Amino acid sequence: MIINHPLLGPRDANEFIHLGDASLINRPDGMADDAAEKFHDYLYLRDNPAGEYRELWYHDAGDRSWLVVTRNTLTHEISSVEMARDVARKQGRSK
Amino acid sequence: MRYSALSILKQGLTGNKSWKPVWREPEPKKSYDYIIVGGGGHGLATAHYLAKVFKGKNIAVLERGWIGSGNIGRNTTIVRSNYLLDGNQPFYEMSVKLWEGLEQDLNYNAMMSQRGILNLAHSDGQRDDYARRGNAMLMSGADAELLDRDAIQKMCPFLKFDDERFPIKAGLLQRRAGTARHDAVAWGFARSADQHGVDIIQNCEVTGFQIKNGKCIGVETSRGPIKANKTAVCVAGSSSRVMAHAGMRLPIESHVLQAFVSEGLKPTIPGVVTYGAGHLYISQSDKGGLVFGGDIDGYNTYAQRGGMPVVEDVCAGAMSIMPMVGRARVLRMWGGVMDMSMDGSPFIDKTHIDGLYFNGGWCYGGFKATPASGYCYAHLLATDTPHEHATDFRLDRFMRGNIIDEKGVGAQPNLH
Repeated sequence: MIINHPLLGPRDANEFIHLGDASLINRPDGMADDAAEKFHDYLYLRDNPAGEYRELWYHDAGDRSWLVVTRNTLTHEISSVEMARDVARKQGRSK
Repeated sequence: MRYSALSILKQGLTGNKSWKPVWREPEPKKSYDYIIVGGGGHGLATAHYLAKVFKGKNIAVLERGWIGSGNIGRNTTIVRSNYLLDGNQPFYEMSVKLWEGLEQDLNYNAMMSQRGILNLAHSDGQRDDYARRGNAMLMSGADAELLDRDAIQKMCPFLKFDDERFPIKAGLLQRRAGTARHDAVAWGFARSADQHGVDIIQNCEVTGFQIKNGKCIGVETSRGPIKANKTAVCVAGSSSRVMAHAGMRLPIESHVLQAFVSEGLKPTIPGVVTYGAGHLYISQSDKGGLVFGGDIDGYNTYAQRGGMPVVEDVCAGAMSIMPMVGRARVLRMWGGVMDMSMDGSPFIDKTHIDGLYFNGGWCYGGFKATPASGYCYAHLLATDTPHEHATDFRLDRFMRGNIIDEKGVGAQPNLH
């Protein structure tokens, strides 16, 4: 697989480490009353779809950026690659 | 028809004309007591034990494609019980014991061959770790032997003992481990289940569950609705997709594991050998091909194929313990979709929906578990209590902090 890095251009997927579902960006509030349950779901439960999937990749052998890659899990076709930072900011996160 | 040496002789002398189909092709009935979703190894084993041991009646196995078309036909056929943790090891040892009597139980030749598995250790620390594992194996009733370098050299003279970085220091040997013929396992269980009255319905995809007031009362299928008192899902590889029909999210990701077979060679490897410094297991099939594999590709996928980086990694692993494999050519390679669970261990449990049961999350250890998985699942279905060796395989174990993490790497499926 080739991942089209927004800054570096097309790179071999072998340079990256796959972390998992892009929803891992949204860490729950640890101080909330239902934090234990929320963290259980956050850590352990997955949608695991067959088809379009948004996932986090880390450019370990490159610029060490985190990417959100939208990839089809049936065909391995990649339809978009974004910086995870930009995805988080779009969701209203500033840090 | 019961198979025996006499029946083979008789058929041989009469032109093999009166062999009968091994299982029926029944139309689905309107309702069953038990529906098992998934006609793979585990589903068929569940049907066999449920009908034969637990005297269940009115059972159907629903299979989307043809039986044995999933991972039971795509694995590297290794049978072993060399685990460490309490939640796992007694279960896998129970499985090996069932394997040992499987062919007699099924009256079917599963080509079970107890040729042993040898895990290589490459440092003093790893040898100590294997000693600990061996003790855990012995305590569960399994066999284990710690071999020194000389003993390994007698058994496998072809290994690279003096590698500069990873010399072979010791090995953990389980002699009762081995390999079995994977397709024959599926067919043997199917034939036996059929003989005990189980309806095996192929080309019948489950497209939904009928859930009323928190109870599952049947399934929707591509061949119409079917009612059931108990619905048992057993579709490792597709677990998340099927259980999504019941609104459930699982602690599972789907990953691809590749396997490889070389051209046929003369008898070379006595049993199964695993590399302790990388991830590689290699054995030799009865036809002579070297059967080997290593790590999963490491990203979510439902495609039954993997990428070149893992091919290179696996072949490099093989070269580093057995340099002579460089002379052999890879004949075939393929991939299978694994249910990778969050701690690397499986599930055999009820769900929060009455009458709906779940078996899955086998990672890439499902084949060896086939008989015990079927037996324990049948126990759960028949008695509504878990079998004593499967009490830890619960869906809520992460919430309760009772994870079974053999490798100790945490909630990261691609590392198990």
